[in-house]
Amino acid sequence: MSKEWAELSPAEKREERFKRWISPPGANFASPQAAQAYKDRTTRLTRALQLKEPDRVPVFLPAGFFAASYAGTNLHTVMYDYAEMKRAWLKFLNEFEGDTFMSPGMVPPGRALDVTDYKLYRWPGHGLGNNVLSYQAVEGEYMKVGDYDALIKDPSDFWLRIYLPRIFGAFEGFRKIPSLMSFQEIATMGFVPFGFPDVQASFQALLEAGRESMKWLSVVMEVMGAAMAAGFPGMAGGLAKAPFDTLGDTLRGTQGIMMDMFQRPDKIQAAMERLTPIVIDSAIAAADFSNTPMIFFPLHKGADSFMSVKQFETFYWPTLKKVCMALVNEGVLPVLFAEGAYNKRLEVIQDMPKGSVAWYFDQTDIIRAKKVIGDKYCIIGNVPTSLLMTGTPKDVKEHCRKLIEICGKGGGYILAGGANIDEGNPENLRAMTAAAKEYGTYK
Amino acid sequence: MSGDLVNLLADLKEEEVLALLKKKLAAGEDPYKILDETSAGMAIVGKRFAAGEYFLPELVYSGEVLKQVNAILKPKLSQGNKETKKIGKVVIGTVAGDIHDIGLNIVEFMLDVNGFEVTNLGVDVPIEKFVEAVRKTKTPVLGLSGFLTPAFDAMKETVEALEKAGLRKNLKIMIGGGQMDDEVRKYAKADAYGKDAMAAVSLSKQWYGVK
Repeated sequence: MSKEWAELSPAEKREERFKRWISPPGANFASPQAAQAYKDRTTRLTRALQLKEPDRVPVFLPAGFFAASYAGTNLHTVMYDYAEMKRAWLKFLNEFEGDTFMSPGMVPPGRALDVTDYKLYRWPGHGLGNNVLSYQAVEGEYMKVGDYDALIKDPSDFWLRIYLPRIFGAFEGFRKIPSLMSFQEIATMGFVPFGFPDVQASFQALLEAGRESMKWLSVVMEVMGAAMAAGFPGMAGGLAKAPFDTLGDTLRGTQGIMMDMFQRPDKIQAAMERLTPIVIDSAIAAADFSNTPMIFFPLHKGADSFMSVKQFETFYWPTLKKVCMALVNEGVLPVLFAEGAYNKRLEVIQDMPKGSVAWYFDQTDIIRAKKVIGDKYCIIGNVPTSLLMTGTPKDVKEHCRKLIEICGKGGGYILAGGANIDEGNPENLRAMTAAAKEYGTYK
Repeated sequence: MSGDLVNLLADLKEEEVLALLKKKLAAGEDPYKILDETSAGMAIVGKRFAAGEYFLPELVYSGEVLKQVNAILKPKLSQGNKETKKIGKVVIGTVAGDIHDIGLNIVEFMLDVNGFEVTNLGVDVPIEKFVEAVRKTKTPVLGLSGFLTPAFDAMKETVEALEKAGLRKNLKIMIGGGQMDDEVRKYAKADAYGKDAMAAVSLSKQWYGVK
């Protein structure tokens, strides 16, 4: 690099990140054909994300944990049996053709959750039936009203000593840890709490979860390596959340955050301001680590059915926008996945620079979205999940054709599902790829 | 004066509602009359939600204010006295394998303020529990809620089980939530899909033959 990273403009940083994604240093491809396919796919996606016309409309296959059911196993099994996880995901890799590949990185290592007694989620075999194909968050007020000040004062300290013991049963002992700032100058008493048996037990559980996660990670990395070797890029360099969702999903909970909007709006704002730089830093670190310029934001509580436009503008959008712009300034491209519908938000979300972010829609009227924001941001979506799960391949293909015809016009469009599917007719996924190839070519 | 409590509650003025409530009780007002006023206030909240003036935060907050009102008011009401007339029963629940309840609770709220007697079976409801509840309550209306895609099959299986139990004939089933739509309704063989809580109210009213 001729110029220091810090001296590059946001546009130069982004160009550099995409260049490294398209031609990853040290990549091992299985064949020259695979190398070419990788380059074609990343170039196709890059052009679409930059609002240009690629050679054809790119396609994301919305296969969340689909690989598991397709391979005749289920989420419960692959959470505990990493060899099965690998078998399932490689089978999917070999038998489907999207423009990206979803790694099994979203399959949590079951034993790590068990050993830490994770309470925030229920998963198959642990609060949900063995055959359920998803894990689900347990709504709760994990952060009390009285904790706002602790969070605002020192988020890390709040996390370690208050929040983690609440969401992991095995981390109860962390309640007894003093502030790590107690280590000052003469190191004597500072060690003492770490000798308490329950504190040690908590650390043992943490270490065990770490060991388990390393086993899991090596398999995940192996699968990702195989995907890359076969010419399939990953699409999400990492996940990040809107500050309002961080606070509303698993700290205050839906009930709590909505009460706070009336009873203590200033605390919400102060807490979100405090969380914002943390979200930014971890998202940039993830993009660096994965050498992938896109960061995915699953957006939850800002949807049409959750709040009014005014509440969206007051509580949800300002800090999310701040996070996005900070990432954009570092050359990262936020992909905002609007779960539910954003029909009433399309006018509000126009206030970022052209090409700065991409919008991935679930149930939003994407035809209207193309009209309203399509010349500003790449749009992604949105074959209905119900159609993918219950329709015929012919119906799916026809729906894709319509989407491509309208949303694909002029580029800046990626064909995708509304939400991920975890089971169903594999031919419906293949119909998406077929439609992109048959109808999506730009001349 | 009596209109004030209705409007203060509808406008979500927490402190003023509680202050006025205490004043009314201290002045010896009939607690049943006050109860009617709170119901009227909540009905306005429901109307504003239906009209798109209020959203989920307002609903949640009104519920919280009502809880505080009830905590003060309930001890003043003699038990078993004065049943309010309800249109009829509706049983609702989130199907097996799904633990989401935000939408479910909105539906309960809206059915309640619109005069239905709601039995909310909660989340991750096993098929047998739906069958049992329909048999016991003899409800003519059942609402199945689900957020995620596994709910598709759970809904289908629930409807099938009701059929097998011979309970389907006089029962209307509506579905709603997250990824549900009319395609899923067909797949699950339910009678109707409702896109929001207002649809649950109008479907129930339609099936009960009331306006």
